[in-house]
Amino acid sequence: MNSEEIIGIRHRAFSPSRILAITSNTLTDLTRQKAFHVLLIFALLLIGSSVFLARFTFQQEFQILKDISLGAMSIFSSLLAIVATARLIPQDVEDRTVYAILAKPVPRFEYLLGKLTGVLLLLASSIGLMTTMFLLVLAAREHSALQETARQFAHAPREQLEDSLRAVRASAFNIDFLPGIAVIFLKSSLLAALTLFVSTFATTNIFTIVVMAFIYLIGHLQATAREFWLQENAPTWMTRLFLALVALLFPDLQAFNLVDDVVAGAVIPFTLFIKTAELGLFYTTIYTLLATFAFYGKEL
Amino acid sequence: MRLAVTIGLLLAFGAIKLPIERQLAIEHRQFHFDGTALNLELREKLGQLGFVAAFSGFRSIVADILFIQAHVAWERTEWGRVLFLFRQVTTLQPRATLFWDMAAWHMAWNASVAAINDKSQPRQALRIKAQREYFALGKDFLERGIKNNPDRPQLYESLARLYKEKYNDHEHASEFFARAAALPGAPSYDRRFSAYELSYCEGREQEAYQRLRRLYDEGERERLPTLIARLKFLEDKLGVAKERRVPATGP
Repeated sequence: MNSEEIIGIRHRAFSPSRILAITSNTLTDLTRQKAFHVLLIFALLLIGSSVFLARFTFQQEFQILKDISLGAMSIFSSLLAIVATARLIPQDVEDRTVYAILAKPVPRFEYLLGKLTGVLLLLASSIGLMTTMFLLVLAAREHSALQETARQFAHAPREQLEDSLRAVRASAFNIDFLPGIAVIFLKSSLLAALTLFVSTFATTNIFTIVVMAFIYLIGHLQATAREFWLQENAPTWMTRLFLALVALLFPDLQAFNLVDDVVAGAVIPFTLFIKTAELGLFYTTIYTLLATFAFYGKEL
Repeated sequence: MRLAVTIGLLLAFGAIKLPIERQLAIEHRQFHFDGTALNLELREKLGQLGFVAAFSGFRSIVADILFIQAHVAWERTEWGRVLFLFRQVTTLQPRATLFWDMAAWHMAWNASVAAINDKSQPRQALRIKAQREYFALGKDFLERGIKNNPDRPQLYESLARLYKEKYNDHEHASEFFARAAALPGAPSYDRRFSAYELSYCEGREQEAYQRLRRLYDEGERERLPTLIARLKFLEDKLGVAKERRVPATGP
């Protein structure tokens, strides 16, 4: 190898191919985990089984089917984001893989970014699978409800039949499910980034999961604490300080719960979706940067 | 040192995100997202576990579970429990018109009939009183449902039916059918029903006649037997000239 070739392959500060290698390894490793299979199968079963619900009217059935399916997506994607990310760094430390990787000219930032991207791909594919299952179940129920309605209104005036069929279609698929599902992905992405940040200073993955469970609960109540603090309703300075810390330190997870209202028929305006998406990306970026900062200080 | 810097960065980030979060929360409320108010009343209604679950991203699922419980209570004709559960369900999912509609139907149609036929109450006056209380509960559910969903026609239509069938109040029934008809996504019959109801109102016959006639003139699609029957009734009542009257069985 001559000197020109050596210069040609000199170390680059940022390399997408290195990140890609870590990402693909992480994704392969995660998809082999039993926890992933159990969670995904459980979520798919829950969504699939909603087709066998006790017989209500078609509006009630659709309402429950959509609630259960989108709720399952939200819960399992959040759970998966936390469980999958929590074990990444402790597992690599335990297996000594992290030493082998970082001994090579791989910056810690790239290592973390590769790991996080692996988790995000896992979340995207899981949510994609759950969405497909949900849409199939919904289409099957819509088809049978349409047939049933057409049979019931076979001898009714055409206008009544059209009104009834329109009512069935309006109760089933709603295009706003898609931005709602995208927001579920954003919420799980920010949870993954936050879990990564917590895991940089945690010693075990159990500790990370427990901390994240608390953050998850507090995050859903953060908006209430924030409003209470900013409206200066708190009676003592101690309470105000506590509320301020909750509002400043925790993410507002309630901002990402749009599907509850989408199922009820609410429409997500495009600007609102974009702003929610921007907030999700902002959180994910900041938590990743904080994780990197903490990880650079970690003694390995 | 690094820990202190990390916490400092976290707090600085918190200060940056705070106005963004607040603005987004305001916009969510403007578009009727996050309509569920977190307060002590809800906490008492739901119990500790349900309250935590409802505000951990499981609000719609908790509402469904309570709805199914309400359905079971209805099958057992436990009307007090049906009312209690539907109040929880509608508080958790105020944007689901289905829940408001079901709650009102159970109160104004099912519970009210059970009350008037209550064999354990020998005094008819008390049975009628109970029946009226259930009508009022049904009406209250629909009115609150409309406040939470002013842009959807379903609950206006249900309230119109309630006024028509339970209060025999055709004027209000006509008004709410008309309000439903004015909203996007309303069934085509709402406009017709509003005119039918107006035709029963003393002193508003002329207005009802004009509205029914307008519908009739729109063409074949609107010339239904009830519409023609109500038009004939009003023509007789208003003494409309023979040459201006509609044919008895349509064109």
